[in-house]
Amino acid sequence: MIINHPLLGPRDSAEFVYKGDATLIDRPDGMADGVEDAFHDYAYMRDNPAGEHRELWYHEQGDRSWLVVTRDTLTHDISKVELARDVARAMGRSR
Amino acid sequence: MRYSALKIFTEGLTGNKGWKPVWREPDPKPEYDIVIVGGGGHGLATAYYLSNKFGVKNVAVVEKGWLGSGNVGRNTTIIRSNYLLEGNQPFYEMSLKLWEGLEQDFNYNAMVSQRGILNLIHSDPQRDAFVRRGNGMHLSGADAVILDRDGIREKCPFLDFDNARFPIQGAIWQPRGGTVRHDAVAWGYARGADAQGVDIIQNCEVTGFQIENGVCNGVETSRGAIRAKKVAVCVAGSSSRVMAQAGMRLPIESHVLQAFVTEGLKPTIPGVITFGAGHFYVSQSDKGGLVFGGDLDGYNTYAQRGNLPVVEDVCEGGMAIIPMIGRARLLRMWGGIVDMSMDGSPFIDKTHIDGLYFNGGWCYGGFKATPASGFCYAHLLAKDEPHPVATHYRLDRFRRGAPIDEKGQGAQPNLH
Repeated sequence: MIINHPLLGPRDSAEFVYKGDATLIDRPDGMADGVEDAFHDYAYMRDNPAGEHRELWYHEQGDRSWLVVTRDTLTHDISKVELARDVARAMGRSR
Repeated sequence: MRYSALKIFTEGLTGNKGWKPVWREPDPKPEYDIVIVGGGGHGLATAYYLSNKFGVKNVAVVEKGWLGSGNVGRNTTIIRSNYLLEGNQPFYEMSLKLWEGLEQDFNYNAMVSQRGILNLIHSDPQRDAFVRRGNGMHLSGADAVILDRDGIREKCPFLDFDNARFPIQGAIWQPRGGTVRHDAVAWGYARGADAQGVDIIQNCEVTGFQIENGVCNGVETSRGAIRAKKVAVCVAGSSSRVMAQAGMRLPIESHVLQAFVTEGLKPTIPGVITFGAGHFYVSQSDKGGLVFGGDLDGYNTYAQRGNLPVVEDVCEGGMAIIPMIGRARLLRMWGGIVDMSMDGSPFIDKTHIDGLYFNGGWCYGGFKATPASGFCYAHLLAKDEPHPVATHYRLDRFRRGAPIDEKGQGAQPNLH
């Protein structure tokens, strides 16, 4: 698979380390009440869809940026690649 | 029809005209006591033990494709019971014992071949870990022997003992490990279940569950609705997709594991050899092909094919530890989709929906577990309580802080 890095252009996916579902960006608030269920779901439960999947890839053999890759799990087609930093900021995170 | 050497002999003399199909192709009935979703190894084993050991015969197995079209036909056929943890090892040892009696039990030649499994050691800490694991295996009644270099050389003189990066210091050897003819396992269980009246319904895809007021009363299928007192899902590789139809999310990701086979060779590799440090394992099939594999590709996928970086990695591992393997030509390679769970261990459990049961999360180790998985699932379905060796395989174990994490990797499915 070729991942079209937003800064570096097309790169072999073998340069990357795979983390998993991009919802891992959205860590629950640990100070909220009754947060155990939210953390259980965050850490352990996955949608695991057959089809379009947004997922985190880390460019370990490259610029060490985290990317959010939108990829079809049935065909391996990659339709979108974003910097995870931009995705997190768009969700209201400060960094 | 009972199979025997005499039967083969007499059929050979009478033109082989007496052989009959070994299972029926029934239409689904409107209602069963138990509907098993998934006609692979585990589903058919469950049906077999339900009907033969637990006296539950009003059972159907519904299968989307053809019988045994999932991972029971796509694995590398290894059986072993060399786990460490208390939640796992007694279960796998029970499975190995069932393998040892399987052919006599279901009167079918599954070609169970106990030629042993050798896990190579390359460092002092690894030896300590394997000695500890061997002691854990002994506690469950399994066999384990630590070999030194000379002991390995007797069995496998062709290994690269002085590999620059991973010189061989020893191995842990389980003589009772080995391989089994994987398709015959599915066929034997199907035949044994069918003989007791189990309906095996192929080309019948489950499209939904009939759930009313928190109770599952049956399934919707491509061949009509089927009512059932209990529905037992057993579809590892597709667990998340099927259980999503019941509104459930699972602690599972789907990954692809590739496997490879060479052209047929004369007997050369005595048993199963694993080179964990190099991400490579190999055995030789009864047809002579070297059957080998390595790591997961490592990303979520439902495509039954892998990519080239892992092909290269596996072949490098093979060349590093068994240089002669470079003389063999690769015949076929393929990929199977596995349920990778969050701790690398499986589930055999009730769900929060009454009447709906779940078996899955087998990671890349489901084949060896087939008999015990079927037996324990049948036990759970028939008695509504877990079999003693499967009490740890609960869906809520992460919530309780009780994962069964053999490798200690944490909630990162592609590393188990």
